[in-house]
Amino acid sequence: MKKLFTKPVGLCSLLAISLLLGGCATQKPYDYTAFKESRPASILVLPPVNNSPDINATYSMLSRSTIPLAESGYYVYPVTLVDETFKQNGLTTPADIHSVPIAKLREIFGADAALYINVKQYGTTYAVIASETRVTAEGKLVDLRSGSTLWAGSATASSAEGSNNSGGGLVGLLVRAAIRQIIETVSDQGHTIAAQTSVRLLSAGRPNGILYGPRSPMYQKDGTPPGR
Amino acid sequence: MLITRSCILSTLRFAIGSLAIVWLTGCVSRPQPLYYWGNYESQQYGYLKGNKSPEEAIQSLENVKEEAKSKGKTIPPGMSAHLGLLYGLTGRSDLFEQNLQAERLQFPESSSYIDFLLKQSNKAK
Repeated sequence: MKKLFTKPVGLCSLLAISLLLGGCATQKPYDYTAFKESRPASILVLPPVNNSPDINATYSMLSRSTIPLAESGYYVYPVTLVDETFKQNGLTTPADIHSVPIAKLREIFGADAALYINVKQYGTTYAVIASETRVTAEGKLVDLRSGSTLWAGSATASSAEGSNNSGGGLVGLLVRAAIRQIIETVSDQGHTIAAQTSVRLLSAGRPNGILYGPRSPMYQKDGTPPGR
Repeated sequence: MLITRSCILSTLRFAIGSLAIVWLTGCVSRPQPLYYWGNYESQQYGYLKGNKSPEEAIQSLENVKEEAKSKGKTIPPGMSAHLGLLYGLTGRSDLFEQNLQAERLQFPESSSYIDFLLKQSNKAK
């Protein structure tokens, strides 16, 4: 009787543990070995390279990058002064800036790491039924002392998320699409959506995201898969 | 049957316990913001887009500083330095330097860059 009882319980707890592990991190976990060896305290965000047709994308994403990184515990260099410093040195395009040798960046700014952002999509796609504003970006964090990549990721956000397409039939849909188009072009909707993209890309504490920095109370408490 | 029910019960109990632990260790909970931001972010965007009327921006950021102080909160990284840049544009080199030093004092991580900026501005004089 005793034997019969213990075996299933062992199986049960195994099942329960696997449920717990599966719930918190479903994706394949990111390899944080280099990140943990480097433990950067300060991040230099370079003006993002823009692959979208909207010229606002670079400065929109650049200005949206400070809040998530600083709130994750990093010192973030003042993006306006950094941009001016590059301009004064004849570097006016993000592509030029992204190809500056890391030793030079380290020398001028003294930063532990640099963040290279590429904006893949930025803006509104017009369609009869539903127009959508989408901002997609990729980021890569590079250690300026060793040159190694500490982290890389991508994120997207869209105005169509969670929008309710039911009710009102086709006419209702058309009216809503027309109204949304007006709102989205008039009010620099890309910049609104970019805030969400940036938070998803650059906040610590997200699955496969960056780790918390030294100024956060969560510093060194993350990035370890549960159970290890 | 009895075993199955006890299995479900123990799994459930374990799950509830684990949930509590996960919540307590911060997997779900959201910490308080580290900084008081005010409208600093939109100020940055405005400056980068070329809206350069420094007087207005200076007033706005000095207000953010005051608000942060009255709430007992700290201003975010880069804000003092950006304010210094704006003062520099209006020709107030004393306040340019003062705000850059404030950035360094609050965030020693900025030391080498602040040195670089001060050296550059002295060269330009």
